Amino acid sequence: LSCCWLIHRHSDKPAKMPAVSKGDGMRGLAVFISDIRNCKSKEAEIKRINKELANIRSKFKGDKALDGYSKKKYVCKLLFIFLLGHDIDFGHMEAVNLLSSNKYTEKQIGYLFISVLVNSNSELIRLINNAIKNDLSSRNPTFMCLALHCIANVGSREMAEAFASEIPRILVAGDTMDSVKQSAALCLLRLYKTSPDLVLMGEWTSRVVHLLNDQHMGVVTAAISLITCLSQKNPDEFKTCVSLAVSRLSRIVSSASTDLQDYTYYFVPAPWLSCKLLRLLQCYPPPEDGAVKGRLVECLETILNKAQEPPKSKKVQHSNAKNAILFEAISLIIHYDSEPNLLVRACNQLGQFLQHRETNLRYLALESMCTLASSEFSHEAVKTHIETVINALKTERDVSVRQRAADLLYAMCDRSNAKQIVAEMLSYLETADYSIREEMVLKVAILAEKYAVDYSWYVDTILNLIRIAGDYVSEEVWYRVIQIVINRDDVQGYAAKTVFEALQAPACHENMVKVGGYILGEFGNLIAGDPRSSPLVQFNLLHSKFHLCSVPTRALLLSAYIKFINLFPETKATIQEVLRCDSQIRNSDVELQQRAVEYLKLSSIASTDVLATVLEEMPPFPERESSILAKLKKKKGPGAVSVTELEDSKREGGELNGGGDRGPDTASTPSPSADLLGIRSAAPVGAAPASAGSLLVDVFSEAGDISSLTNPLIPLPCRFVCKNNGVLFENQLLQIGIKSEYRQNLGRMYLFYGNKTSVQFASFTTTVSCPGELQSHILSMHLLEPLVEGGAQIQQVLNIECLTDFSDAPLLNIKFRYGGALQNLTLKLPVTINKFFQPTEMTSSDFFQRWKQLSQPQQEAQKIFKANHSMDTEVLKAKLLGLGTALLDNVDPNPENYVCAGVIQTKGQQVGCLLRLEPNAQAQMYRLTLRCSKDSVSRRLCELLAEQF
Amino acid sequence: MMRFLLLFSRQGKLRLQKWFTPISEREKKKIIRDMTSMVLARQPRSCNFLHWKDLKIIYKRYASLYFCLAIENQENELLALEVIHRYVELLDKYFGNVCELDIIFNFEKAYFILDEFLMGGEIQETSKQMVNRSIEASDMLQETMEEYMSKPAF
Repeated sequence: LSCCWLIHRHSDKPAKMPAVSKGDGMRGLAVFISDIRNCKSKEAEIKRINKELANIRSKFKGDKALDGYSKKKYVCKLLFIFLLGHDIDFGHMEAVNLLSSNKYTEKQIGYLFISVLVNSNSELIRLINNAIKNDLSSRNPTFMCLALHCIANVGSREMAEAFASEIPRILVAGDTMDSVKQSAALCLLRLYKTSPDLVLMGEWTSRVVHLLNDQHMGVVTAAISLITCLSQKNPDEFKTCVSLAVSRLSRIVSSASTDLQDYTYYFVPAPWLSCKLLRLLQCYPPPEDGAVKGRLVECLETILNKAQEPPKSKKVQHSNAKNAILFEAISLIIHYDSEPNLLVRACNQLGQFLQHRETNLRYLALESMCTLASSEFSHEAVKTHIETVINALKTERDVSVRQRAADLLYAMCDRSNAKQIVAEMLSYLETADYSIREEMVLKVAILAEKYAVDYSWYVDTILNLIRIAGDYVSEEVWYRVIQIVINRDDVQGYAAKTVFEALQAPACHENMVKVGGYILGEFGNLIAGDPRSSPLVQFNLLHSKFHLCSVPTRALLLSAYIKFINLFPETKATIQEVLRCDSQIRNSDVELQQRAVEYLKLSSIASTDVLATVLEEMPPFPERESSILAKLKKKKGPGAVSVTELEDSKREGGELNGGGDRGPDTASTPSPSADLLGIRSAAPVGAAPASAGSLLVDVFSEAGDISSLTNPLIPLPCRFVCKNNGVLFENQLLQIGIKSEYRQNLGRMYLFYGNKTSVQFASFTTTVSCPGELQSHILSMHLLEPLVEGGAQIQQVLNIECLTDFSDAPLLNIKFRYGGALQNLTLKLPVTINKFFQPTEMTSSDFFQRWKQLSQPQQEAQKIFKANHSMDTEVLKAKLLGLGTALLDNVDPNPENYVCAGVIQTKGQQVGCLLRLEPNAQAQMYRLTLRCSKDSVSRRLCELLAEQF
Repeated sequence: MMRFLLLFSRQGKLRLQKWFTPISEREKKKIIRDMTSMVLARQPRSCNFLHWKDLKIIYKRYASLYFCLAIENQENELLALEVIHRYVELLDKYFGNVCELDIIFNFEKAYFILDEFLMGGEIQETSKQMVNRSIEASDMLQETMEEYMSKPAF
């Protein structure tokens, strides 16, 4: 066994044995750990562990009562086994017993076990809560701290309910020890984050704020985390903290490095507290009181000045702590965004860091400058560093630093430097790491569009993008270039010429073929005068790529060919011959075959006039926000919660967004004109976007779809039983998406209404009603604007409370006027009883014990039915989890079966539910059994679920 | 706040795991896998920060052990490095020249020391003296094995 020192400071000390004897060594534990370490294989380890588990089990079950020490030792061994990654399904009771021991170490191990192996088993939680209650009232500070730690570690709802009112009292009581105050502050913070509704600060607010003045630095450090979180949520109630924070900060900043004794860290006074104070101030606008503001500006200046002073130590800890404060101060300066002088100083300071030898500082400077770039005061100052940043993009060894450099270039880009930045990003793309290519491509595409002065530059840039990183160019990017070319006639000729040249390359990317096919099909005539790009040359060039392409691209090319027949009658014979050959007309792919057959027929029977009308140039696309931008926002993670997240079936795509990002190739909503000709998904030629051909859509929808609108009740799609998000309803006019979340007996549902037409909906109103015995109760509903513009989408929030169990879903009624006609539709909202499930984990023995307890005939509901959907294990598991129950492993003796447990929370009561699903793959049948503490719930769940599988 | 702290060896063996928010066991295993593979693949002298989902990952190697701390997006990276360092100092002070084996054999102590220092993902006490004092005080509360054995069991 080799000993490796974590810190090399005492490297002259002789090697030592591990310190097992310190405090109360548990010899048995040390032996066991070293046995495990000596195991040569995984199998040997498992064998040793199973032996130990059997030993512990027999000790726990044995007749002889165990003493505290042995109990502690065995619980500790179990904990070790669990931390090795093995499941532990016993010992919880023994751990709980340890909690009530008055031996500190026993108690401590008990609490550690509970904290690590949190179990939502409610009976245990009650016992744990009892032990905690005793320790909290023990007035023994070490016991109190252990109890508070346990609450913070577990942080469950039940604990919050039991202690949320007690802890503020401990925190502000005059006789509470400092160490307990620290624990109480952070424990309360934890509870506030998990159950804000249970932590009522009201009367404590001012006393908590005044902890900022506490003499004990440790108390202030702990309390400020709590205060910051509370201030973010209730800024008005806590605003007195601003002046207190400023004066505390000022005292720290101006103190000598020795003043704060042990709170000085490597010659930096109280770095943690300083950063927390600066962070707290970022919850508020700049102080209004002139004196307070002056004092704060002074602090910030002092911090900036200190950065220029020679370091007091060469240790990296010193510079890290000092710079941590500096970066936090710069964040505050950026947050205020009102002091030009400080902003420019901050920018210069970051500029220095850009060239620092420490990689960490270069990384942070790049990151921090990104936010500075968006301030009008410092944007210009940031731009002066462009060469350094470009250099970083080219020379940094670490990909995460290069990524920050790319982000910063994107943030500092404006009209004056766009060409340079885009060129640099393009050349970086040639060697960029795979992990960041897609994002880089999106960024280049956005910058090129945003700052394009002449569109020929834009076209060049995007084609270069496809050439360099074709694999990473998503559909949105190439759809967008086509939309822009179609909408701007000044660039069409140039685009045709450039794309023609790009296609000359022997190996060009398939995305290039798509763009090329589309653009030449529309605008090939603009370059046909040049004999080097005569119609036949263009056609042959495109067709030379045909056989290398995937089916969707081939389909697009076929559409380009039929467009050619219209543009250049002289190519008709050649193209017809191509369409007629077996590889097209008898292609095994239905889509290709259909296109070939239909285009061939169209070209032979339609008159020139009909052909010219059908194959007319695409009308301009409606101008909308770039779909690429939406994609980047989405890629960049949460924050931008866009409806596109609702996508879950192929059809939905961007239609919620109003069709702006519908690509030319989308086959989803065949427009009537396409139907007429029977070229269903020949989108590039036939299917104009709905908004462009809206006249036709209107005519047809009057006849067809409106009738479905007045249909009295649209049933609930059954997939919503196990799902909370998705598209609830869609017809030619309207799409309704939902996102919902549930906790306990409460729920919140976001409804998104998207107008799919280009015409405004007037008098748009929605109402929700609860029919019959329905008790699920809609608490509040936000009112809507009566107008929904064409292509727009509006959002509505519903708050829901489940009062008692129910079987009918609430109804949503929507009325609006579309082109004068009143539309009225009613649909069921996907609120089903299972939404209010809380999963319950339990062991096999617990499960069957409860199963037996629920043995009255009316408590059980059973159904045997044929499988309607896939019987694949993963699919089933996903559905059962989506149901909201806990899926219990290793409970049913037959591994093919699924068992689940959960509690349905209604306002008045909790209903325990057990579920067993037994698939029979051979017969394609299921047997579903439910046992619940309430009969009606068993029946309802059984009905609901039988449709799911 | 901090979300989790992991200690693992160069071979990817997990030595300590501390989760500050409730996470399912399955998710924990996935995170541990992601973190070890991501951090161990880093070149030497790279920066100590990574972006992962919506979190920042701060890692640092001390001898054979990697310390890997996940913090929320608005938190300060440099200070997180010093949280790691302070924890190493506390371990060092307690064990006297701490090594990986100390943490393996006395894992429960490593958790106790961490609990004195951090709580609920926030710093509880930054003073080394204060933390050490409370850890020593709790050691003082422990009795010898003989005392244990002579006590009646419950």
